[in-house]
Amino acid sequence: MRKKKTEIKIRDAFDHGKAFIGFVTGGDPSMEKSEEFILKMVEAGCDLIEIGIPFSDPVAEGAVIQEANLRALSAGATTDKLFGLAARVREKTDVPLVFLTYLNPVFHYGYDAFCAKCREAGVNGLIIPDLPYEERGELLPFARAHRVELVSLVAPTSEQRIRAIASEAEGFVYVVSSMGVTGVRSEIKTDLGAMLAPVKAVTKIPAAVGFGVSTPAQAAEIAQAADGVIVGSAIVDIIGRYGEDAAEHLYGYVKGMKDAMG
Amino acid sequence: MGKGRYGEHGGQYIPETLMNEIMKLEECYEFYKNDPAFCRELDDLLKNYAGRPSLLYYAGKMTQDLGGAKIYIKREDLNHTGSHKINNVLGQALLAKKMGKTRIIAETGAGQHGVAAATAAALLGLECEIFMGKEDTERQKLNVYRMELLGAKVHPVTTGTMTLKDAVNETMREWTKRVDDTLYVLGSVMGPHPFPMIVRDFQSVISREAREQILECEGKLPSAVVACVGGGSNAMGMFYNFINDREVRLIGCEAAGKGIHTGRHAATIAKGSPGIFHGMKSYFCQDEYGQIAPVYSISAGLDYPGIGPEHAYLHDTGRAQYVPVTDEEAVEAFEYLARTEGIICAIESAHAVAHVRKLAPGMGKDENIIICLSGRGDKDVAAIARYRGVALHDE
Repeated sequence: MRKKKTEIKIRDAFDHGKAFIGFVTGGDPSMEKSEEFILKMVEAGCDLIEIGIPFSDPVAEGAVIQEANLRALSAGATTDKLFGLAARVREKTDVPLVFLTYLNPVFHYGYDAFCAKCREAGVNGLIIPDLPYEERGELLPFARAHRVELVSLVAPTSEQRIRAIASEAEGFVYVVSSMGVTGVRSEIKTDLGAMLAPVKAVTKIPAAVGFGVSTPAQAAEIAQAADGVIVGSAIVDIIGRYGEDAAEHLYGYVKGMKDAMG
Repeated sequence: MGKGRYGEHGGQYIPETLMNEIMKLEECYEFYKNDPAFCRELDDLLKNYAGRPSLLYYAGKMTQDLGGAKIYIKREDLNHTGSHKINNVLGQALLAKKMGKTRIIAETGAGQHGVAAATAAALLGLECEIFMGKEDTERQKLNVYRMELLGAKVHPVTTGTMTLKDAVNETMREWTKRVDDTLYVLGSVMGPHPFPMIVRDFQSVISREAREQILECEGKLPSAVVACVGGGSNAMGMFYNFINDREVRLIGCEAAGKGIHTGRHAATIAKGSPGIFHGMKSYFCQDEYGQIAPVYSISAGLDYPGIGPEHAYLHDTGRAQYVPVTDEEAVEAFEYLARTEGIICAIESAHAVAHVRKLAPGMGKDENIIICLSGRGDKDVAAIARYRGVALHDE
């Protein structure tokens, strides 16, 4: 049975075991295809969908997602069209949805108007890589007013900041696995346990690990320690390679990752 | 609200991965700026290596020709490496060493900051990597080779518009990969706090000297100081010690490219709107959805879609005024200064000269203007020849 739109929360993604969180850049290669890809990923077991609102200068992204941003913008993606995409996805599924974008498109849209539109479209949260803990106060009141959860990130360099960040986190804590920008990595060297322990010490909110994760073996290992696994570049790379025909490949990939996580 | 605010502008809008490093940088800077040994070392480098103080030159022929205010030129072009950029990099590279870093990375537009950074790295024994838009590496080949001679590795940036903005993106990405041994030596009064403050402080030597020099030769303050503005480091250096002298007009000259109504410009104050990018809240050239706009200028150093946050604040409060100057006006001023005063200046600095040509004739003969001549023009000679349709064969 379908839930009421207002009842869907990020937390739902973590209610039935380890969560697989998949990212797509909205509008790459088209809005119609993004919708199809998202629904296919949900069918394959994706527990939470991150939809990237493309930005001209995605400073935290590696080459794969940078190129997807440019493909989407060249195909005519705009913030308003992304709200349309989210709303259509929300009509068809109860999977929690979050937007990932940079602060400027949000600031330029107007914090209040942007958060109101998120709420209306059924978007449950926001991830903004260039909005650190110190600056989130300027967006937070608007997000709260419209019940949009503002996801916080912790990085391998965060050290003593982890406790402060995690204790005020909403939705889930995004644990950045590695130094650098997004992109597939053959191995993740960070001591994830050392990052997750202080998170778990201060919050009951789930913690999911992202940056560099691409293989079922990595997913299985991370799922031992964390509540969820986030995959972006590996998915976007499939879309980059197969374009409009990516749906079945995405299904197979997500299913393989989800199965590996047990 | 976070730290490093200039009115509503500034702040620290960067990925979490860099936050601790940025905070360490601020802490170290706050310590060393008051450390007598550090200050002595930096002063010594500025004096005995960079060649400071730079001259305040009375441009008599230009004054006579324009027939109004007396024109003085602050000769930052005479510094070692040929621009004001050395003031900042010596400070930051020294700071990097004190912080125990062994490697510096930097963005560059025209190549002036890259050359200065490579120079400081060579002198202080630091590894150096420079990120430069591919388009800029082509229009400033000489500076690329210069950096390589100095031992730096130059990475042509092929993402986005392949200019200064993209070079900053790529340097920030590189920094998030490797912070332990690396300091990002930012070249302008931009980026996240504490960079706008650090770069301003290191560049403020320009107005500290100029203020003393003009008082010495004229016995009074200038009516106006004029500087070109991309990110705004030479302008901030030129303005800073005059901010409290309310009678001194502060004028920044932005790159209007083909004209501010053509869409082919980099005039952030004239045509931009408030935004958040490259770690700071300020004004940016952007579209209706906040996508950063491609910008254009004949000058690679002014070809940037934003402006430092303190400039945004000086604009908001009306303390400084920002005027657009086109490619054509800048090229004419470049040629004018060469013919009139025998000085070949950087095409960036020529934007300031161009505005003074308009401003000075309407002012009284008892008034003074200081132009900050931020750099020398050797690097631009080939481009100006191209602009004028003159074929130069240098092979």
